[in-house]
Order: sequence, then C-alpha cells, then structure tokens
Amino acid sequence: MILTNGLYFTYPNGNEVLRGIDLRIEDGEFLAIMGENGAGKTTLVKTFNGLLRPTKGQVLVDEVETRKASVAALSRDVGLVFQNPDHQLFCETVRDEVAYSLRNFGYPRDVVDRRVKGILETLDLMPYMDSSPFMLSGGERKRVALASVLVWNPKHVVLDEPTIGQDYQQKDRLRNFIVQLNFQGKTVIMVTHDVEFVAECKPRVVLLSRGKVIADGKAEQILTDRNLVAQASLLNPQISLLFSSIDNLPHDVIDVYSAHIAVKNRIRGLRNVNAGL
Amino acid sequence: MRSGHLPIIEIRKLSFSYAGASRKSLNDVSLQVDEGDFLVVTGPSGCGKTTLCRCLNGLVPNFYTGELTGEISVCGRSVRKETTSSLSRHVGFVFQNPENQLFSLTVERDVAFGPENLGLIREETRRRVDWALSVTGIEELRDRAPYELSGGQQQRAAIASVLAMRPDIIVLDEPTSFLDPRSSKEILQVVAKLNKELGMTVFLVEHRLDLATRYSNRVVVMDRGSIVLDGPPEDVYGEQAHLIGIGMPKVTVLFRLLKQDGIEVLKTPVTVEAGVEELRRILRS
Amino acid sequence: MRVFEGFKFSRLSTPIHRMDPRAKFVVTMAIFAISLIHTNILVLSLILVAQVPVIWVAKSVGRWRASMKGGFLLATLIFVMNFLTGSTLTYSIAMTIRFLALLSSFSIFFMTTSPDDLGLALEQAHIPYALCFTFTTAVRLVPTMAVDAQTVVDAQRSRGLELDKGNLLRRIRNYIPILIPLIVSAIRRSVELAEALESRGFGTNIKRQPMAVLQMKKSDYLAIFAAVTLLILAALINLYAQLPTIEMHVELPRLWCDLQPY
Repeated sequence: MILTNGLYFTYPNGNEVLRGIDLRIEDGEFLAIMGENGAGKTTLVKTFNGLLRPTKGQVLVDEVETRKASVAALSRDVGLVFQNPDHQLFCETVRDEVAYSLRNFGYPRDVVDRRVKGILETLDLMPYMDSSPFMLSGGERKRVALASVLVWNPKHVVLDEPTIGQDYQQKDRLRNFIVQLNFQGKTVIMVTHDVEFVAECKPRVVLLSRGKVIADGKAEQILTDRNLVAQASLLNPQISLLFSSIDNLPHDVIDVYSAHIAVKNRIRGLRNVNAGL
Repeated sequence: MRSGHLPIIEIRKLSFSYAGASRKSLNDVSLQVDEGDFLVVTGPSGCGKTTLCRCLNGLVPNFYTGELTGEISVCGRSVRKETTSSLSRHVGFVFQNPENQLFSLTVERDVAFGPENLGLIREETRRRVDWALSVTGIEELRDRAPYELSGGQQQRAAIASVLAMRPDIIVLDEPTSFLDPRSSKEILQVVAKLNKELGMTVFLVEHRLDLATRYSNRVVVMDRGSIVLDGPPEDVYGEQAHLIGIGMPKVTVLFRLLKQDGIEVLKTPVTVEAGVEELRRILRS
Repeated sequence: MRVFEGFKFSRLSTPIHRMDPRAKFVVTMAIFAISLIHTNILVLSLILVAQVPVIWVAKSVGRWRASMKGGFLLATLIFVMNFLTGSTLTYSIAMTIRFLALLSSFSIFFMTTSPDDLGLALEQAHIPYALCFTFTTAVRLVPTMAVDAQTVVDAQRSRGLELDKGNLLRRIRNYIPILIPLIVSAIRRSVELAEALESRGFGTNIKRQPMAVLQMKKSDYLAIFAAVTLLILAALINLYAQLPTIEMHVELPRLWCDLQPY
C-alpha cells in the first residue's frame, strides 16, 4: 500500500508544488493521476520511490517511511518508468539495458538472463535483443524503457506519461498491456493527461490542481464533471460531450463500448414504446 | 504573386530514403494542395508523415540527406533547387517539441530571429514581431523567457516566430504531442485562425483527430510511405482507416458501430456537434 | 555545483543589469587589471569590499555568496600554496583576497548580463554572427542541460544506481550511465534546434539588422571613464607610491627553508 499523509513538497528554488496531499493507494489498484502541466503529478510520484523526500508530512510505502529508506531499496517495490526513454538508455545492447537494473540489485547471472529474455518476449522485443537501443524507433525505445523496469517485477508500477508520442495502435497495445499488468495483481499508477486513453481504461482517477487533490474517484464520475475537468486543463471525453447533450442517455458513459450498448438500449426502448402504442 | 489556379503544393511520384536506410520512407507519393486548404495528415508511426513535412521546406534533402526522386514544388518553386532558407519565406515549420524551437531569452527576440535572418530592416522586423504576437494572442508574453512559459504558450511563441516570416504555407508536425488537452485545443484554434482569417495553407500532421478534424476539409492517411486515403473526413474515416489504425474521433467510431448494427446513419459525424444532431435524428425516427 | 549559481544570469531590473554589456565588460577588465597590478593587501581588500555595494544594488547578494562559498576551496588552496612555499602571511592572505576579488567581479558580470545582450555586443563589435550565436546558445542551454542531468540521475537511481556506494573506481564508472544519456540528450536537442533554426532562415550570409540595439547611455560612458581613470591611477600608484601595509608574523616550522638558496 502507498500512503501519503499531509504531503508537502517545495523545490530548492522555493516553488511549493505539493500542498497537503492525502492519498491512499491499496495494493493492486489501478489509478490515473491527472491534472494540468505543473499541477504536481510527476513530483508526487517521485515521492513514492524516495527520489524526493517530503518537505512536510510523510509518504509510506508498504509501511516503510520513505525518509528512512534509500531510493534503491524503495525502487525494488516501486518501479518508476520515466516519460522520456532517452534519459536512461546508455548500454550497447537492448539486453544489457534491460539487465542493468537487475545487476544493480545484485541478482545472480542466470536469473538475470532468464528474466531479461522473459520480459523481452512479453514486450515483443526479442528481435532487438542484441541491437543498440539508440538505433530503435521512438515507440520501440519506450518499450525498452518499460522492459528495463518491469524486469525486476516491482509490486507497484508507476508510468509517467506513457502515451506521449504513441500512435493509435501503440496506445491500444499499451492499454491492453497495462490492464493485464493490473490483472496480474500489480498496482498500476499512470500519470497522464490523455483523457481519451483514461476513458477507455476507466481506472480510479485522482485529479490534481495546483498541488492539491481536487477530486478522487471513478473515472466515469470525474471525467464527466465539466467544472473539475476545466479546472485541471483537461477536456471531457468526446462520448461524454455527446451524451450530455441528449436527454435520457446515461451521463456517466465515457468509453465507446459502453456508449454503443447505451445507444442500442435506448433505441430498443424507444422501439418498444412505439410498438406498444 | 502566383497564378490563381495552380496548386500551392504539387508533389509527383516522390520517393525518398534516408542516407544509409534500407527501406524507403516515401514511396511514390503524389499529392496536390490548393491555396487555403487545411490538410490533416495522419497515419501510424513510421508511415512517412514527418518525412513528407520535411520535404516541404527543404529539410529533406538538405538537412536530411538521402536519395530523393520525383518532383515536389511549393509555391511554384522546385524544392530540390532551393535552399531551406530561401524556402523559409514561403513555408513555415512548427515542430513537435515546443522547448527546442525557442532559444532566446525573450519571446520577442525569438520571434524577431526569422525576419532578421531575411535581412529585413529594423522597423519592418519590429512591425512583423508586433503583428505575429498579436495574431497568436501572446503580446503580454513578449518580454518573458521562453523556458518559463507553459507548453501551450511556448507553441504559440513558436507559431509566432514562424508567422513573422509571413509564409504562405504553415507545416505543423504533431504540435500538440506534449501539450495538455486544453492547450492542444487552443493551439489548434490558433492554427484554424491562420487558415480562416489569414488564408494560410495549413499542412497539419496530427494524431489528435478528435480535435483537428473540425477545421479541415481534407484528411490524408499515410501508411508505410504511401498515401492510402485522401478526401473529406466523412469518407476517410471508414473501414480501411480503421484497419490501418488511426485515432479516429470516438464519435465517429461509435457511429461506425451503430452502422454495423444496421442502424441508418445518414452522414457519419466527425465532430461532437454533428454527432449530437445525428443521434437526435436517429432517436426521433 | 553551487558555485555555478553565482554565474547564472537572472532577469532583474537594477541599474547594474541595465548597464550596457560593453561598459560592464570594460569595468570588469579594469578590476581584473588593477587586481593583477597590485599585491598590497589593503588595496586588494578595497577592491573586494568595493564590489559589495554593487552586488547589493544588483540584488544578487544570495547568489554572490554561493559563488564565494564555491570558491572557498580554491581560495584555501591558494592560501596554503603561497604560505607553505615561503611567502609571508600578509602576502598569502593578499593573494587569496585577489582571487576572491576576481571571482567576484566575473560573477557580477555574468549575473547581470543576459547572454542575448552579450551576443548583441559581440555582433555589434562585428564578430561573425554564427560565432556570437554559438556563444549565446551555449550559455542559454546550460540551465536546460542541468535539468536534463537531474532527470537522468533520477531515472538511473530509480533503476537501482547508487552513486555514493563503492570504491573510487566504482564511483567513476557509475557516472557512465549518467554521462551517456546526457550527451545523447544534448545531441538530440541540438539537432532539433538546428532543424528549427534552418527552417527560420538561419545560415545565409545576408546581412542582419538586429531588432534590438544596444545603446550606450551617459551613465555607461561615465562608468567606462571612471574605470579607465582608476586603472591609470592604480598603475601610477603602484609605480611611484609607497603604500601602507599590514605586517603579520607567524612562527611556523618551515620545511622548505633549508632547500631555498639565500
């Protein structure tokens, strides 16, 4: 479980980015942290693995206070995948890149080999195992970065803006993968402002604005609220905008699949009414 | 300036492979764009859309060398015979990452950079800077440092710095990639303004079709170096586009599914407003 | 690392910031020359102390203190080197003060002069534009690179990198995962910037007329005049006058004395 109590964080230059965050994330939850650029989303998740220590208040990861643990120790349980893979790629081969973390954590060589091959298979990266990560395309590099974190099987996975720069098919695959990760029992936390992506996964949504949590609940409730969404510089999902302009359609539908069912039901209902006349 | 009916962009059987690459990034591409068009270009990663953008202002083949065959002319000029700097008077280019396009310590100086490179006199540069800042709505940011601005403000500054050169065509390569939804919407509104009020031809590469479609009369879908679909959005957002895998507006996807169920859909909506109308009509009948 | 803060430009509107960069440059050079001409402890202390009101007017006291703290190590080294090789206590302190005075004056210059203005000054001095531009862009990219560096460190630490563990060799090797992404990042940024610049017409030989012009005000000319006058005065004093000084004696075992010829 990840718990924050009265979390405040101020950067050395005096910028107070987090202003009293109280958050409780249970094991195995699926969560999207959303909000405008500068709201504090990335800052918040950096407190989860100890990169940033609270200025005031505390962060507890599985009951360990982050102030009392090293980043390396906390990272074993909280895997943070950064937004830009170019900020971490440095090895000669993809295989070495993915093995790096395992070597840091002191795993024996046979375990390293096995795990690396396993994650490369899962993420469709086997053809690139001995290639240089620098020669891969943007989408492939992002998968390598993801692999290099998932390889050590952290209990909680945090993804910082995983959809930026991805095309439609890549996002589709990513969404399925994330849902599967969560299904396997991992806590999955996404930092994102991609409303349509979140609308299709429907996780718990925590909305941040100016360093505070302004909403915390189901995606269907929060993303359909015009005021909240505007406050966080987001837009309502298209389906929500569509349905809110039409009477007698449910107002908490945000994804295409549910929308399809809702419209069909409505049509059927209307037909039954007409037939009954 | 130009004879009225010639296309402002004329591309004929254009092929290009980057130096050292094994396969072609552009494969026999042919395209014509008229002055005042608002073109939305989309397609899966690696389909060649960025390469095509680069061909429009000479980055290909001058900055990115390789093998270029076929013909491409922009504003009546053959791209192959011109340098990027001479083409910059006619084609403005706005890049994906707002940060790396701006390098001065004030927005004003960044916007002045282009006109200064053209060798314009001081007063003319000043006039153009004032005009560009006003069109993009960022006059109050004139003395601010670009790195202090938000992503949306930075992209506006980038657009202003390109506008100051008074190009006929503005090319934007995924300008909303790094922006939050609201800023994305605002930037596209600025681009639409350039098209509607200033008559600029817009060549916009985008994945965010839900936001961009409303402004355009034409969507081009590319796949593996070729243009596979080209037409009004209602016609393009169909089965083939779905198979290629582009981010069609959710509204459109919904109506496609309803159509498959046998429900009569008169005109496939591509915007929320059209969707509302169509849905009301369906529910009434 | 904090010493770099004392050289970072910050945009404020003080009389010092508003001074023409060329005038500031002349003043800084004059201080440089005067500090080198004199070895008298009182004169050097005066030069250092005289800068404090300037720093105060420039509202940069905090950052100046950072650069002084950063230079502390080197200052101590200078003191020790001088003292242990036979110089008097007075002289050693004087050399340390000279170092601090020089550090100070350059710190003030860079803190109060924007890289854009520096580039303009160079351009107006008829240095080829490409060179001026290279200089200002390099300065301008330093804070960006610093942010990148921090991000890279964060990303690698999140993969288990521990920078403070291990012997010296291990610690040096630990910087490879930091340096490589940083260099790659820098290269990518440069390429993207170069693309954007070319797309805006950069790189021709057309004569540029910069929109912003540096104009020397009366106060700038006054500052230059004062600086040059002081320089000449300082040179004359050094040549012809006998200056008071403080003599300090300390008994210390001198290991090198035996080796020095009398």
